[in-house]
Amino acid sequence: MIFLPVFIIGLTVALSVPLGRYMARVLDRDGPRNAVERWLDTGGQTWKQYVYAMLVSNVVMFVFGFVVLATQPWHPALFNPDNKGMLSPTTIFNTATSFLTNTNLQHYSGEVHLTYGSQVFGIMYKQFLTPAVGLAALLAVIRGLRGDKHLGNYNLDLWRGLIYIAVPLSVIVGVILIAGGTPMTFKGNVEAQTVQVGAMGTEAVDGKDVPKPQTIARGPVAAIVAIKQLGTNGGGFFGPNSAHPLENPTAWTNVIECVCIILIPMACIVMFGAMIRNMRHAGAIFGVSLVMLAVFAAWGVYHDAAKPNPGLAGGPAVLDAKGKPHAVTTLDADGKPEQKPLPDHATRERVALPVTQDTGNLEGKELRFGPGAGPTWAACTTVTSNGSVNCMHDSLNPLAGLTPLTGMWLNCAFGGVGVGLINMLIYLVIAVFLAGLMVGRTPEYLGKKVEAKEMKLAALALLAHPILILAPVGLFAAAGWLDPSTNNPGAHGFSEGVYEFTSASANNGSGFEGLGDTYGFNDKDKNPSAPAPFAPHWDIACGLVMLFGRFIPIIAPIAFAASLAGKKPTPFTSGTLRTDTVTFGCVLLGTILLVGALMFLPVAALGPMAEHFGPLPFGR
Amino acid sequence: MTTATIQPPHLNPEQLKAARRLSRRQGLFAPDLLKSALKRAFVMLRPDILWKNPVMFTVEVGTVLSIVYTLVKAIDPSSTLATLGYLVALDAWLFLTVLFANFAEALAEARGKAQADALRKTRQETPAFRLPSHVDPATALAADVPAEGTVSTALQEGDLVVVEAGQFIPGDGEIVAGVASIDESAITGESAPVVREAGGDRSGVTGGTRVLSDRVVVKLTAAAGKSFLDRMIALVEGAARQSTPNEIALSLVLSTFTLIFLVVTATLWPMARYTEQYMAGYLGAAGLKSLGTDIPTLVALLVCLIPTTIGALLAAIGIAGMDRALRANLIAKSGKAVEVAGDIDTLLLDKTGTITLGNRKATEFRPVGSFAAAELGRLAALASAADETPEGKSIVDLYRKQRGSDFNAVPPAGSKFVAFTAQTRMSGVDLPDGRSIRKGAVDAVLKHLKHNGGTVPPLVQEQVNAVAAAGATPLLVCEGNTLAGIVVLEDILKPGIRERFERLRKMGIRTVMVTGDNPLTAKAIAEQAGVDDYIAEATPEAKLAYIRKEQHGGRLVAMMGDGTNDAPALAQADLGVAMNSGTQAAKEAGNMVDLDSDPTKLIECVEIGKQLLMTRGALTTFSIANDVAKYFAIVPALFAATLPWLKALDFMNLASPVSAIMSAVIFNAIIIPLLIPVALKGVTYRPVGADALLRRNLLVWGLGGVIAPFIGIKLIDLALAALGLA
Repeated sequence: MIFLPVFIIGLTVALSVPLGRYMARVLDRDGPRNAVERWLDTGGQTWKQYVYAMLVSNVVMFVFGFVVLATQPWHPALFNPDNKGMLSPTTIFNTATSFLTNTNLQHYSGEVHLTYGSQVFGIMYKQFLTPAVGLAALLAVIRGLRGDKHLGNYNLDLWRGLIYIAVPLSVIVGVILIAGGTPMTFKGNVEAQTVQVGAMGTEAVDGKDVPKPQTIARGPVAAIVAIKQLGTNGGGFFGPNSAHPLENPTAWTNVIECVCIILIPMACIVMFGAMIRNMRHAGAIFGVSLVMLAVFAAWGVYHDAAKPNPGLAGGPAVLDAKGKPHAVTTLDADGKPEQKPLPDHATRERVALPVTQDTGNLEGKELRFGPGAGPTWAACTTVTSNGSVNCMHDSLNPLAGLTPLTGMWLNCAFGGVGVGLINMLIYLVIAVFLAGLMVGRTPEYLGKKVEAKEMKLAALALLAHPILILAPVGLFAAAGWLDPSTNNPGAHGFSEGVYEFTSASANNGSGFEGLGDTYGFNDKDKNPSAPAPFAPHWDIACGLVMLFGRFIPIIAPIAFAASLAGKKPTPFTSGTLRTDTVTFGCVLLGTILLVGALMFLPVAALGPMAEHFGPLPFGR
Repeated sequence: MTTATIQPPHLNPEQLKAARRLSRRQGLFAPDLLKSALKRAFVMLRPDILWKNPVMFTVEVGTVLSIVYTLVKAIDPSSTLATLGYLVALDAWLFLTVLFANFAEALAEARGKAQADALRKTRQETPAFRLPSHVDPATALAADVPAEGTVSTALQEGDLVVVEAGQFIPGDGEIVAGVASIDESAITGESAPVVREAGGDRSGVTGGTRVLSDRVVVKLTAAAGKSFLDRMIALVEGAARQSTPNEIALSLVLSTFTLIFLVVTATLWPMARYTEQYMAGYLGAAGLKSLGTDIPTLVALLVCLIPTTIGALLAAIGIAGMDRALRANLIAKSGKAVEVAGDIDTLLLDKTGTITLGNRKATEFRPVGSFAAAELGRLAALASAADETPEGKSIVDLYRKQRGSDFNAVPPAGSKFVAFTAQTRMSGVDLPDGRSIRKGAVDAVLKHLKHNGGTVPPLVQEQVNAVAAAGATPLLVCEGNTLAGIVVLEDILKPGIRERFERLRKMGIRTVMVTGDNPLTAKAIAEQAGVDDYIAEATPEAKLAYIRKEQHGGRLVAMMGDGTNDAPALAQADLGVAMNSGTQAAKEAGNMVDLDSDPTKLIECVEIGKQLLMTRGALTTFSIANDVAKYFAIVPALFAATLPWLKALDFMNLASPVSAIMSAVIFNAIIIPLLIPVALKGVTYRPVGADALLRRNLLVWGLGGVIAPFIGIKLIDLALAALGLA
């Protein structure tokens, strides 16, 4: 239980150092090196030119992805062997946005709703390109912080990120996965005749009830899974994501996939250190991120794999400090409050079901990997903006559910490819500002003074995330869209809603699931189950949140870095704040917790904490 | 080691200054100040004044909203779960929060004003005698030039006034004719009169000072009400106070936090209602209400979360910084100047007066050739008999000390003294018996000898170099065309100066000694004093070039100067402190004026600047760290009526939901006046290096900021419970 997370994290740290140095070497080359690069290179760009080029390429990507998804019924048979129809327009918008923003939030089920054409040409190319966009943004920011005259060339950065990082790494990982048993084919579904009766039920053949054949979906899985894990994408080929046996066949593919989640984000920090020639500073950031990841993983494993499932295990009566049942307060028309105790069935002692709880909460876990693998993966996939899953986050014990939520609320411990470190830099600037003042100097970062203009840009990036999460949750709660969409009543249902917007704003893409956000095919009759009542609302709201959540925290920091780049460097003296010490690491961690985490305490209290402390049964 | 560190003989200027400042210091909460500050605090409630402070303006708007909802409750009792008594108490404390913030700023202003008033007393209307504008200043001293009697407030820039013994100088200006001794005690507190004269670098006079002797013509450089002091008074009073760059950046951060917490609390309302709905549905209990949907309670949460502590004290900290500068007799031309002082990387310090005690002293006679030491001493003393410079006197003193006091080297009657001129760079005496004795700079005397056909004994140059290399200044003495020997003049280091530089080094500041000495001497003194670098044979151009070089490397440079030729360097430096005794040009070029004309003041300047920034940082950290406890007090209370089990988050185990919220609000309000002394006095600066300083402040203000409100809120809650208000 402890070995797996330690092994996974340790292995990734070891791999990230050489990878990071390699990235700094190949991505930070001066000028074009070959014919293709000469053709792509348009010269050094200012921050405005760089951002413009980035936005243009993203618009093109969006339009292309949208068109591919919207023309699904007309895809050639090779790419649509199962003859899938048109998706609902809001789902198309949501999906096009989701993959454009490296989020991979899926309001559909891949194997049910998408053709192979959509998987490969609507989605997979974005899974390669969007991490490269994130890397490019990071390269621009680092060059700014380093004080370069130009922020580099966007075309060149995108190309190199794709050719030197995304493609070769996913080829390696893809081959390993194929060796592990992941399918890689363009052939359609297969039907298997089973001996036992499965979930499909039986049919009468020659007057005898025989089990219905099982339809097994397959496709170019290995290619998609490799880049989905490496590029902090997370959008799986199959609905159950890496819990699906064809997406994640064995225990060791599970380790490899989990390592792939955090590998490039970790290497980004090493690359940062190499590029600014200050490994100690990068080390401080790496340390802080590692501490956060370790704490989240440990918290998740402890509260899930070491604690019983509260629905199955018994529990004492839920009483207040005076030993009485909790009471709620109602107000009558005259304004007189009345205490109303909770009914006995809600608060009395619960008797355990005769199920052993020694292995922790097994609900929603993939038992092939063991109970600890789920929360470990959950921590890795949410500190980074990956969002792939190998267990049902909805089924995590309430407090263990705080692990993925907090990981996404902070969204800076390693974080998404490129963008994670950019998010961290925002906290870093706030920390530098406060700590810099406390040593009696105008705050400086990497030898450049941080003044009003820079703080304005940092504030913009900092503000976006909480607003994009809290405001839509408030809106959906107020408008009455949240309650009918949730699969569970009460606090857990609330968590489902919070999780969805958190995941969208953090560009994570994992779901707490259980939320009714799938519309499916536009033709209602083609859907196996009726569309969720407010699915279009979720599609549009999450789509917008993902867009803002992606681009505001990229553009503002690029402008920030460019502003610092133009400043005269100040020499380092003993009066200067050191950003490479344990003390500074503590400042950074404290800032992240005070500034980043505290604003989500009320929703954490209303969601996971209320669920944990409260009585179990909730009815509508 | 030829230089010695000695204790100054009699009065210690440091102690004297400290004593003077102590007498000026007023109590933090002097009753008359409190009264005027309280009055002003109410005036500042006006939204058009308060909106400049976004944090406190938010609190004010919230308070109004809370009062409105209190009225709604009075009309419709079923509108909210909160009781009327609780709402009224909440309104009152929210109002007090704004008032406390205003009070902090008003008190800082009042203290500054009181300080400024003391200075302003020197600027009261005084009679003045204006000369007609056509008068040539050079002839104006003649008694018969008619002067028009007027008052100081009617004077314009450029006016010429005549000031005689016993009269007050009517405004800041420069002496254009005459020399006078002036009592500047009104501004500097220094009782010894100073001499000011036309021309040169000691021509500046300040309005309100009194001429003790003689008669001078002063050309006014600032019209009444526009002098440095007036500007500074306006700055301290807050009237002309503009936010400094750093203050703007911090305000931005505070506004961001305010906005974030506004989103947090505003979205909490629908979420709390959602909770009410699902619990009501579950229990079948209509009318289920919690404090989470009570607007005044949400306002209380907002006010507790936004950084009110620093928001309330930010202006006060800035004003107090100016005030501290003023107390140190430093007149800053802007708040920015004080702030920049904290960022200084390089200090240019004049050797004389800063590093060494004003003057050099003769310490040894080194004869050459056939001369004996005693004979050389006698000759040197004779040559210096009429030399009134400290160096000259010290030569006579040394001779007397070596030979006994009865050996008086008084030249016989009829001797002719030759005064020092910049051309000959020698002085001496021609005795009646025809002997001529000269003493002077090495090259000047050698040239004199050569000119008179004398010979220079071998090895003199080596001896001279040896003296210079040890940090002393060699003077040569000759009789006729024979070289008698070398007089060794030594610099005396100020006591404790080495430790002071050590302190500066720990602050991360490079010290550079500026001296007119030759490189050899300069190097030796620099080593003894422990400065990081030196500029030898300094000219104004050399200083300017050095400053530019430092700035090119990204360093911020501070320097002090008094002369007109210092003006370019003062203007170029990031922090230029002009001495009050200096010329008008120097004062115009610098961004601070030191009334004490004390060269060591730069060090104090830097500390004041650092303290200002540190206080801001420390209180901001404290303010944000406080939120942890407030969250854990208020969040469970908000949902006590719907999700009572969230009480498990109430680590402080507060008496009741209402008491929890009130305790947090009361703590949030009273922490403002409690921290006023810190804001006004500043967080103590210790020159221990950035890392140690950060650790200390993190422990005190960061960790302390997390822990203090847990204790404070619990204590207030206990008090409320004891009073039966919980």
